[in-house]
Amino acid sequence: MPDAAHAQDRLNDFVVRFANVNGTGSASANALVTKAIFRMGVPVSGKNYFPSNIQGLPTWYEVRVTREGHLARSGRVDLMLAMNVETYSRDVRDVSPGGFLLYDSTWPRSSLLAREDIVVLGVPFAQLCNEAFEGARNRILMKNVCCAGAVAALLEIELEVIRTLVGEQYAKRPKLVAANMKAIELGYQYAREKLPCPLPCRVARLDATRGHVLIDGNTAAALGCLYAGATIGAWYPITPSTSLMDSFRALCERYRKDPVTGRRNFAVIQAEDELAAIGIVIGASWNGARAFAPTSGPGISLMNEFLGLAYYAEVPCVIFDVQRVGPSTGMPTRTQQCDLLLCAYASHGDTRHVLLFPADPEECFHMAVQAFDLAERLQTPVLVMSDLDIGMNEWMCPELAWDDAWRPDRGKVLSAEQVAALDKFQRFVDRDGDGIPYRTLPGVSPKAAYFTRGSGHNQYGAYTEDSAEYQVVVDRLLTKFATAAKLVPQAVLTGPGPRPPSALGLVSLGSCDSAVREALALLAGHGVELDYLRVRAFPFGAEVDSFLAAHSTVFVVEQNRDAQLKSLLTLETRVDKSKLHSILHYDGLPIPAGFVVERVLAALGGAAARPAAATGAHR
Amino acid sequence: MTSITKPRVAHPSLPRNAAGLTRRDYEGAMSTLCAGCGHDSVTAAIVEACWGLDLRPEQLVKLSGIGCSSKTTAYFVGGAHGFNSVHGRMPSIASGANAANRELYYIGVSGDGDSLSIGLGQLAHAIRRNVNMLYLIENNGVYGLTKGQFSASADVGSTARKGDINQQPPIDPVLLALTLGATFVARSFSGDKRQLVPLIEAGLRHRGFALIDVLSPCVTFNDHEGSTKSYAFTREHYHAAVEADFVARHKEISVDYAEGTATSVQLHDDSQVRLRKLDASYDPTDRDAAYSYVAGKLAQGEHVTGLIHVDSSAAREFHDINETTEVPLNRLPYEQLSPGAAALAKIMGRYR
Repeated sequence: MPDAAHAQDRLNDFVVRFANVNGTGSASANALVTKAIFRMGVPVSGKNYFPSNIQGLPTWYEVRVTREGHLARSGRVDLMLAMNVETYSRDVRDVSPGGFLLYDSTWPRSSLLAREDIVVLGVPFAQLCNEAFEGARNRILMKNVCCAGAVAALLEIELEVIRTLVGEQYAKRPKLVAANMKAIELGYQYAREKLPCPLPCRVARLDATRGHVLIDGNTAAALGCLYAGATIGAWYPITPSTSLMDSFRALCERYRKDPVTGRRNFAVIQAEDELAAIGIVIGASWNGARAFAPTSGPGISLMNEFLGLAYYAEVPCVIFDVQRVGPSTGMPTRTQQCDLLLCAYASHGDTRHVLLFPADPEECFHMAVQAFDLAERLQTPVLVMSDLDIGMNEWMCPELAWDDAWRPDRGKVLSAEQVAALDKFQRFVDRDGDGIPYRTLPGVSPKAAYFTRGSGHNQYGAYTEDSAEYQVVVDRLLTKFATAAKLVPQAVLTGPGPRPPSALGLVSLGSCDSAVREALALLAGHGVELDYLRVRAFPFGAEVDSFLAAHSTVFVVEQNRDAQLKSLLTLETRVDKSKLHSILHYDGLPIPAGFVVERVLAALGGAAARPAAATGAHR
Repeated sequence: MTSITKPRVAHPSLPRNAAGLTRRDYEGAMSTLCAGCGHDSVTAAIVEACWGLDLRPEQLVKLSGIGCSSKTTAYFVGGAHGFNSVHGRMPSIASGANAANRELYYIGVSGDGDSLSIGLGQLAHAIRRNVNMLYLIENNGVYGLTKGQFSASADVGSTARKGDINQQPPIDPVLLALTLGATFVARSFSGDKRQLVPLIEAGLRHRGFALIDVLSPCVTFNDHEGSTKSYAFTREHYHAAVEADFVARHKEISVDYAEGTATSVQLHDDSQVRLRKLDASYDPTDRDAAYSYVAGKLAQGEHVTGLIHVDSSAAREFHDINETTEVPLNRLPYEQLSPGAAALAKIMGRYR
């Protein structure tokens, strides 16, 4: 049994894992619990581990209640909702010592009692729901809702908050409000009467979520596209990027219809494949509309040919790569950061692309906007490198806000008047010394017409096979890439703060950020101080080189097997690669903080540190 | 090799169209195709059609993929923006460009390799999307730029320059387009300018996807080995390096036939193409009848030419289906696109 000291520790600081079968309505029940805790002012992080399947396979949903606001996986499980018979044995094993397991005791299972270091609780959910509801499907759905009710009782989640949430969710279907609340209360009352409520891991009101929202990165990115003024979206459905376009389309249906005619001020085109999706984006961008395509790794593979064209023909183009586990089909519903090298150098020939690395939904929003500005300013593809963890999980982040004074940077596009004033229009001449030429849009004037081509061309846009003429253009593209390094978002430095700079550095990117920041705090507790640089874009700015030069040992934390960020740093900075040490997490689940702590301590040989007892286990 | 600038001398007596322009104003760079190439005749027909339609050059957008045919977009209407994209992917570029600005005229030039092999999927889906554009396939049954492989439009039993006999059934772009619901389907012959020019004009004016399959012979690579009427003798002497300069200037193929009669045309490669003019009673608005008619004649080795099918009354092009606003999307001011800060604050309410 858990002791009192341990129990007190877990007020507003614990993990609940729901083990479900997918397609049984578990997602909405899980979301209900997560949001209710959030509404009680307690920071929370929800992560969904789901199968590539529509119905019938195991799925887990993990809610981390975190008064400190740590959004990464902790690696603990304090309360397991073992609702899936198929995965009972694994779920029992995964509960942290001193934790609790709740299961459907309609069918008592003595095997669950095999562990003596956890407490097993039973609620006959199936029996309760079979008695209270009609219809097989309805009973299955309500079982999960009923379970949420029991969890509310165990965790001391306020029933009134849940009632409000259910009312909001089914505002247009009042019958469902009644049914859902009936199921909630069934579970809630049963638990209150028969179980030791509340558990030591429980929720108490805080005021730590004010000004924040729970939102997924794909929705935030779609909002970014909307506010950036994108009018054309093209895509081929692929997990985990599909919800980005679904959100964009829904937002456009609401906010982009002409108030008078009802006609659409946007076009969403479902392409036949990713080759066509990026082709549509390139064609539209070439013609002066802001266009984008969301996709994932397999889609990027197909887009490679066109990415090279857009790079060489200098056409703006915005792509979102919501990364998932590869290679090939891989594990489509699991997360990784495994497309860095693929995207940085996509396509044949000498190509390098601008990449942005959002760390959370808030950055998905802002970087979506920046991506369009950069693509049009630089006349080149820009790839926003999100991942499944950011894209599909709900993250607590500050409310997204907009400045109505903002206007898009459409880059060097000459108007009809500017063309008229020109002696002659020359498409690829570097007039400003920044490597970025001027372009015109079709329809503007016969004087400004030019021929866009992926074949060899000179700086006037004409076909060439002349060596010198070819080189003038590709060398200017290098100048442009150097300009890009000055325009992209700078890397974020954390530390040293009041303490002297450390000889130890850590570089990471994207969704590793929350785990790294939590790990840094834990490591400080071990007496290990690290300076932390989070790169936010490729090409790297000068600050990345400076950071690498200033530290004798630099850990590079990323979520892929082959150390792709480390490779990029080695290739694209002056760093001595012998001082880079990789910390690689690539099992498909989001990187936990404890993993970073352990690997750093192990690499340092324990010399500087005590054992990692407080870091928590990880799977 | 760099592109050749064509001298631009307009004689004062050249006729001007309603836009005040002469035919010379619709020309482009000098063609680098083989002398006598059928594609150059198609280029000339496009020039004639654009002049005849009184288009201002900047109203036209030229799109192409890769191949001999796709090079030709550089050879007409130099005052129009052009996009020579990648192999088989022009339809997606055209779809995006058209989505961004619905007011311009889009002309895509492709070939049988570009459209029926590597780009078959994109062609099919541009037809399904009913993109408002004219799509020309300059169809010669052969890969010219890679020197003579069969294309997907080569007929069973036709012989390659090196003697290989094609065994695979052809894909006929006309039957394909009819199957996929294209609303303007035509076939013509590069040597028949009198038929082709009005078809191009009609295709550009058609609202929706207009496909014209233009039989356009390859003078260099689609030739029987050992044919007495071919350039076999010439090729035996210049086989190692077949360059455009080595091909003697051919007389342009031309054909002229009365309505309702089938005609044999001898191509440069000595093979026969039977051309059958549509009879006066033919109803091009009946898709099923058109399909049966074309398929029946194909089985007899005859190519039906002319405006095979047109459906302009019921045609709903991409923007009709999408219910896009009349103002081109690329011209909508940002103020009309941003929902504003207050709306975002309201949206955030859903996520609290």
